[in-house]
Amino acid sequence: MSDIRDMVVEQVSRLLADRSDPATLRAAEAGTWPEALWSEAEALGLPLALVPEEQGGVGLGWGDAAALWQVMGRHAAPIPLGESMAAAGLLAAAGISPPTGFIALALPGEAVAWGRRAGHLALAPGGEATLHAPTDWQQGRGLIAREPADQPVLGTPLAEGRLPAAYGPDAALLAGALLNAARIAGALEAVLDMTVDYANTRKQFGRPIGGFQAVQQLLARCAGEVAAAGVAVANAGRAADRRGLAGAEFEIAAAKIVAGEAGGTGAEIVHQVHAAIGFTDEHPLHLFTRRIWAWRDGAEPERLWARRIGDAALARGGAHLWADLTSRDEEPAA
Amino acid sequence: MPSLQFPLRDTPAEAPALRAELRAFLAEAGRDWPPMVPAYSWMGFDREFSREVGKRGWIGMTWPMAYGGGERTALERYVVLEEMLAVGAPVGAHWIGDRQSGPLILRLGTEEQRREFLPRIIRGEMAFAIGLSEPDSGSDLASLRTKAEKVPGGWKVNGRKVWTSSAHRCDFMIALLRTAPAPDPKAKHQGLSQFLVDLRSSGLTIRPILDLVGQDGFNEITFDDVFVPDSMLVGQEGNGWEQATAELAFERAGPERYLSSLPLLTEALDDLRAEPAAPEAVGRLLARAATLRQMSLSVAGMLQEGHTPAREAALVKDAGNDFEQALPETIRRLVDPARTPPQVIEMLGLMTMVARSYSLRGGTREILRGIIARQLGLR
Repeated sequence: MSDIRDMVVEQVSRLLADRSDPATLRAAEAGTWPEALWSEAEALGLPLALVPEEQGGVGLGWGDAAALWQVMGRHAAPIPLGESMAAAGLLAAAGISPPTGFIALALPGEAVAWGRRAGHLALAPGGEATLHAPTDWQQGRGLIAREPADQPVLGTPLAEGRLPAAYGPDAALLAGALLNAARIAGALEAVLDMTVDYANTRKQFGRPIGGFQAVQQLLARCAGEVAAAGVAVANAGRAADRRGLAGAEFEIAAAKIVAGEAGGTGAEIVHQVHAAIGFTDEHPLHLFTRRIWAWRDGAEPERLWARRIGDAALARGGAHLWADLTSRDEEPAA
Repeated sequence: MPSLQFPLRDTPAEAPALRAELRAFLAEAGRDWPPMVPAYSWMGFDREFSREVGKRGWIGMTWPMAYGGGERTALERYVVLEEMLAVGAPVGAHWIGDRQSGPLILRLGTEEQRREFLPRIIRGEMAFAIGLSEPDSGSDLASLRTKAEKVPGGWKVNGRKVWTSSAHRCDFMIALLRTAPAPDPKAKHQGLSQFLVDLRSSGLTIRPILDLVGQDGFNEITFDDVFVPDSMLVGQEGNGWEQATAELAFERAGPERYLSSLPLLTEALDDLRAEPAAPEAVGRLLARAATLRQMSLSVAGMLQEGHTPAREAALVKDAGNDFEQALPETIRRLVDPARTPPQVIEMLGLMTMVARSYSLRGGTREILRGIIARQLGLR
């Protein structure tokens, strides 16, 4: 599986390095659908990456998907490919053959990125998955990410199916949280690299600002947060592969919380180091940091995920806290 | 500028059985521990406890059987460490020997040194202190001045070491000493050597230093013509800096760099149920703990494969220290003293004070971040 993961990650990295450039990102924010990028992703079969091979997909798992989503975050990919992958994966799991093209994923109370371009919409409330062809979209735009963000007008569902028990009642929300956490982790890697490069070239007082301890300390802290977000996401992907989305709720919540906190701290630091130039429209830094801020709130902000696992831990009590933390990936003793 | 990688590791198949054994042992051993014990955790010193741990084969677990070791994996050892730390067991009498002095002797010591020291560390009978810092050499460790001069049959040591935890209760110290003057001020890392120093040597005085809690945790050690035999040189003369730096990877890599205050969360949790802000705060702590645990396991896996993950260890220690220092402050914001059992309040108070040491011991936050910054390519 990891060979396939490496191969697909490599393919997507190459595609995005070519196609997810600042001009495309800016055009997307102005409402221009990145058609070339989307059709190349489609030609690689990426929207069906999470669909089993016997149902016509690539057969990747959640861990593979998280790795791909991280790469997409690294390039701030301006297409809703992650959502479409998750939607197709959930539909296929519920026995519904995913249609071709962009399938939007509905999350409770959230607008749908690029909904207007979606052929179809998937919902997955309460352990069911349903496929819709919305009759219309109320068009909007994300305040921070600036991407088109639309509300569907639903007609009758085209198909309905029951998800396997391992997906649980919050499958779409969990998949969305993993997606957003992974994108944040990837975007943080990108802004850290940009900022280290900047600190090594920008000179003040006759030397690169990266030579100043004050700047070094900030960026070292940023690197710690970037590493933590990456590990939390990998751990969540691994847990979802092992126990399904519902069984990985704790790890996905942890990834969303850590990535959200890391996103806040990381974005703060990279802007501080870039100073005024990073606050300009012209500089590409905000193409990443605005998305990090928006993704923190996608599929529920970390505050709600923290409450969810915090409530569970409080209900279980102190006597179980450590045992619960360590038993998650271990078979119980015979 | 290669970014640091932390590939995920699983705990070994033996982990659940090992945990069950440890939990039974610790529940019994820890029955009457006052809050002071978990508050000091691995800085706590209890010879009887360490001997019991030794009897069960939990010291020197990975070392060769020829010296009494268990030849078990580094990740099995990791499970033992995290179980001890999760309850704040007083492991200080064997912790340093198991973590760094023993591995150093095993790696670079003579056969005679291995036979003399390792079995006694393994039995929990020989406690080691760390002899690095000096009054004028803290973060700038290589500037240390305590010197060992060659004399017939050995070395004559003069100078001072400081902040040596529990030295007044320990048996031996591995001291980093200057055996040759630095060729020039920029090459101060040269001319250093490591020695096994008997803490009962003539000419050696140990003066306990009270910490801000009022405990006699650490010490100042004065060397006044202390004789150290040739047989106590560890590794190569003049190679002490490289040896000690490799030792720091062990010193910084373990779960004790994020778990020092976890017993407070366990202890306080049930009394936080009525506090509306508790679920979110506890959830954030748990998310961090689970993530740091995976990072720490990843570094343990690198050590198991024979790597020296010094930079990875620095990053995990720094992130871990942030967490273990934030924990008591978070709990403080949540507890209602009027409705909280006195032992929880006492542990909170003690940890509020002890937590200041977390980001100082084993390399300050600023030094660790300097290491990470250099790894990032900042100069």
